Amino acid sequence: MHHEEPFKDRNVSEQSAYYFVDIEAYPENGWDKFKQVARRTFSGELFVGLWVVLREMIKFDIHTVQYPKEKLPIGPRYRAVHKLLRLWESGYERCIGCGLCEKICISDCIRMDTRIDENSRKEVTEYSINLGRCIFCGYCAEVCPELAIVHGPRFENASEQRAHFVIKDDMLTPLDLLKAGEQAEYPGFGAVIPGSDASVKKTPLAY
Amino acid sequence: MSDITITIDGRTVQTQEGEYILNAARANGIFIPAICYLTRCSPTLACRICLVEADGKQVYACNAKAKEGMNITTTTPNIEAERRAIMEVYDVNHPLECGVCDQSGECELQNYTLEIGVDSQTYSIADTHKPAQDWGFIHYDPALCIMCERCITVCKDMIGDAALSTVARGSEGIDAAFKESMPKDAYAMWNKLNKSLIAPNGGDTLDCTDCGECSAVCPVGALVSSDYQYTSNAWEHKQIPATCAHCSAGCQLSYDIKHTSIADTDEKIYRVKNEWNYVSLCGAGRYGYDFENRVAAKDVHAFDAAVAAFKKADTIAFTSTITNEEALILQKLKEKYGYRLINEEARVFKNFLASYASISGKSLYGGDLKQVHEADFVVSIGSALKTDNPNARFAMNNALSMNKGAGLYFHPILDPVIQEMSKNVTQIAHAPMMEEAALYLMLDLFGDKASMPSDIVSYLAGFHSTKTVTVDEMVDEKVTETVVKKVLNEETGIEEEVSEEVTKTVKKKVSKEVEIDDNALFALLNAGDKFAETLEKYLAKKETFALMVGPDLYTHTNSANCARLVALIEKYTPFSVTMIPNLSNTLGVAMICDLDSERGSYCVGYNVAGDFTLSALGNGDLDMPALNQQEGTLTGIDKRVNPTNAALSYGGYVLNDIANALGLNTKYTVEYTKQLPASAGFKALEFDALPNYYTNSGEEVRGYVMENVAVPTSGDEKVAAFDARSAMAGSLVYLANPVLQFSAFTARAHQLQRSGGVYVSKGYMEANGLGEGERVRVKTARGELVVNVICDGKIDGDIAYLPTFDTQINSEALFDGYRFTSVSIQKV
Repeated sequence: MHHEEPFKDRNVSEQSAYYFVDIEAYPENGWDKFKQVARRTFSGELFVGLWVVLREMIKFDIHTVQYPKEKLPIGPRYRAVHKLLRLWESGYERCIGCGLCEKICISDCIRMDTRIDENSRKEVTEYSINLGRCIFCGYCAEVCPELAIVHGPRFENASEQRAHFVIKDDMLTPLDLLKAGEQAEYPGFGAVIPGSDASVKKTPLAY
Repeated sequence: MSDITITIDGRTVQTQEGEYILNAARANGIFIPAICYLTRCSPTLACRICLVEADGKQVYACNAKAKEGMNITTTTPNIEAERRAIMEVYDVNHPLECGVCDQSGECELQNYTLEIGVDSQTYSIADTHKPAQDWGFIHYDPALCIMCERCITVCKDMIGDAALSTVARGSEGIDAAFKESMPKDAYAMWNKLNKSLIAPNGGDTLDCTDCGECSAVCPVGALVSSDYQYTSNAWEHKQIPATCAHCSAGCQLSYDIKHTSIADTDEKIYRVKNEWNYVSLCGAGRYGYDFENRVAAKDVHAFDAAVAAFKKADTIAFTSTITNEEALILQKLKEKYGYRLINEEARVFKNFLASYASISGKSLYGGDLKQVHEADFVVSIGSALKTDNPNARFAMNNALSMNKGAGLYFHPILDPVIQEMSKNVTQIAHAPMMEEAALYLMLDLFGDKASMPSDIVSYLAGFHSTKTVTVDEMVDEKVTETVVKKVLNEETGIEEEVSEEVTKTVKKKVSKEVEIDDNALFALLNAGDKFAETLEKYLAKKETFALMVGPDLYTHTNSANCARLVALIEKYTPFSVTMIPNLSNTLGVAMICDLDSERGSYCVGYNVAGDFTLSALGNGDLDMPALNQQEGTLTGIDKRVNPTNAALSYGGYVLNDIANALGLNTKYTVEYTKQLPASAGFKALEFDALPNYYTNSGEEVRGYVMENVAVPTSGDEKVAAFDARSAMAGSLVYLANPVLQFSAFTARAHQLQRSGGVYVSKGYMEANGLGEGERVRVKTARGELVVNVICDGKIDGDIAYLPTFDTQINSEALFDGYRFTSVSIQKV
């Protein structure tokens, strides 16, 4: 049942929802202060807490994650520091330099340099994301037509400066890792939804 | 043309008789889809998407002229079906590379596909292999081409190079079943599309003046700038509206800027764009954009030295590649400190205008390039049109091709580009110094003899004589012959010979003596034997006349007389007169500054060498911003004061800082905009109040047009006779720039970096045994230079020319004012 607190009357009174917490009177002179300190010091509350810690320690059943050494698994839709993926067969970069991620980025933290390469293809010569600005919204991964930029699981991005960058070399899967099959396919933001083939309209072909 | 009223989709619209329906709709903000149509050019009828229903009949809006009371519907179910089918056809086999295509969303194919709502494909045809081609400045990808032929149309109707045409596509035929099943117009469009591709007339390479307008008008990414390719996406650019800084045409353009790279966040100009429906750029405007002088910080020592130099100097020499505001600063400094202002090419133009005003009674010429565009008879005198002012050449070509016009081109150097504009154009390669004869000829041919001063009429009559020429004619002649026939005598049964007289008509060639008028001016101008007949043919049904005069007249020894003749032509003939100022702001400088002819003892040069040099070329004692780093106004050929904006930052000192140090007190240079002299026709408008755009109807809303101020005249209309003996002959050299170059600024742009030399025609090279790149000594009465020989395929004849754009070659020193001089060119 809907209940609305009668907060219209903000004065403390018997009728209002506000009331005084039962607070012990403040010590008024030196003697009172000494009594309060002595009471708190020797009441033994400290040992209640210490006992809990000791009891758990000797049980050897610890649930703490040893954080820098071990990390909790991250859900596929978690949006951490970006990665640039490669094509499985050829090893070419998936990124075609279309610039949609740059355009859609709402914190304007992506930039890329492109040029025409020797094979008359568009080549991305450099790519940078300012992680100090990035809000990890995932739009870049979602708009990417090639599933080239994705959010990886690396969530540590503490830095000494507010602006800090990842560049192409940091994000691109190294070729040796690709060959070793270490590049993980990304099921998160922007990935093809299972069964989307069914919604594709076919175009007639003359051959 | 009279005003008429038509109805489009129930809206009453005012337009002119003879206006195309499409233009009438566009001018009134009514949308009719159209891909292949270009304003100011002839309808191509390639896309057929502009179908509308006019008075119940389907017509193409780009091609059908509006008539009084016409009722137009822009969409009907049938038209919608046609449009849908047309867009589907355009999408057949179009590569899905929009992600990397340089059009990057500024794509008419993309826009119309979405506008029409194409969400499925009905048609198909086997694709062909069409490899991309590199044409120098331009990159052509035939796979992306939708064959709207806008490139061909603009090249022919506007630019005048006609360097592109269609070639066979080599595709299979369209499946016969489609002919029955698909809408009629869509099938016809597909049939045409499927037959052709674009190719340069010169085979694999483009043989043209490299204006790049074809890439500007391309609705898809088929024609793109090779230099720009894959460097950027269109949406990343900030567009800075500006006025082209290179020549006096003052074309509107926008500098597309973006940070240089991730590592270098300084802004850089990536490309230039133009409103190609209303203004066409030349190659210098399109590719010569990065002429900036990058200066990061203020150099205090150089500035102090500059102020000291100004205090010491008695002369300021400068070029006309400055803004009106800077010119006003120089003029104010002159008024305050009595500097002599030296700018020779502006001074001769100013004098020319003054002499012109002494008869016309107006401070400025009456014509502009818009009038040239609208004319059907165009004459150019005293200008190497295609390089002095490419837009004037486009205007002439546009008039010739669109208005069924004819033209005369008076210039000593033959120009194949002018020749190829139209079959109705004649080049008259008169001898240098004979420009006055050409002007007299104009008065003679077109002047209203009844109102012209009688001494001029009688002077002109002196050139006329009657001569007797022998003309061959075919005449019908009756010939009577006696024929002997054999007739059978019926009584005797014997054949008898009978004589009989027969009359026959025979065509016979006879020579006849005819008296005709002989105009000695024709021969004096080397106009050729048939010129009188050609002219008669040209002048049939002509109504609007335009004359352009150029810098050859301003530098002419008798330039004052030339100017007075020009004024007489404007007064007594139906011609509108447009003068082509030399450089970007020659007109502005001439109107603002009082110029002197003699340098004093200590000279500060601004973009020219002086004892102390301020330079935007980066080679002076104190750096100055180039015109793409400044805001201000430029006065162009159309007498329009056009605003331009700073595309790139500039960290150093500007002329205004020096002026402030010298006692003028103005925070920003553009505060001078409203102070430009009203007496010369300028208006007291703030810089920020100046607009810079075109409306949908093509109206130019840029800056303001200068007032043509009345000047008192004495009523004396005497002009001096010309001296035919002063005609220059022999080996000659001209002072002009090659295509794509105007000044040292164009040569600074990375795509246009060239070194100059002496430019000669192919014929001259062969006749004199010269080879490309050979060193020659070019010697005139005033000095000599050793330079390379460069072949210019776009000139003919025996006159060479020297450029001014290359700072390594001091060509001006070889000339004595006039643009032609005698020369000897020897191999070294």
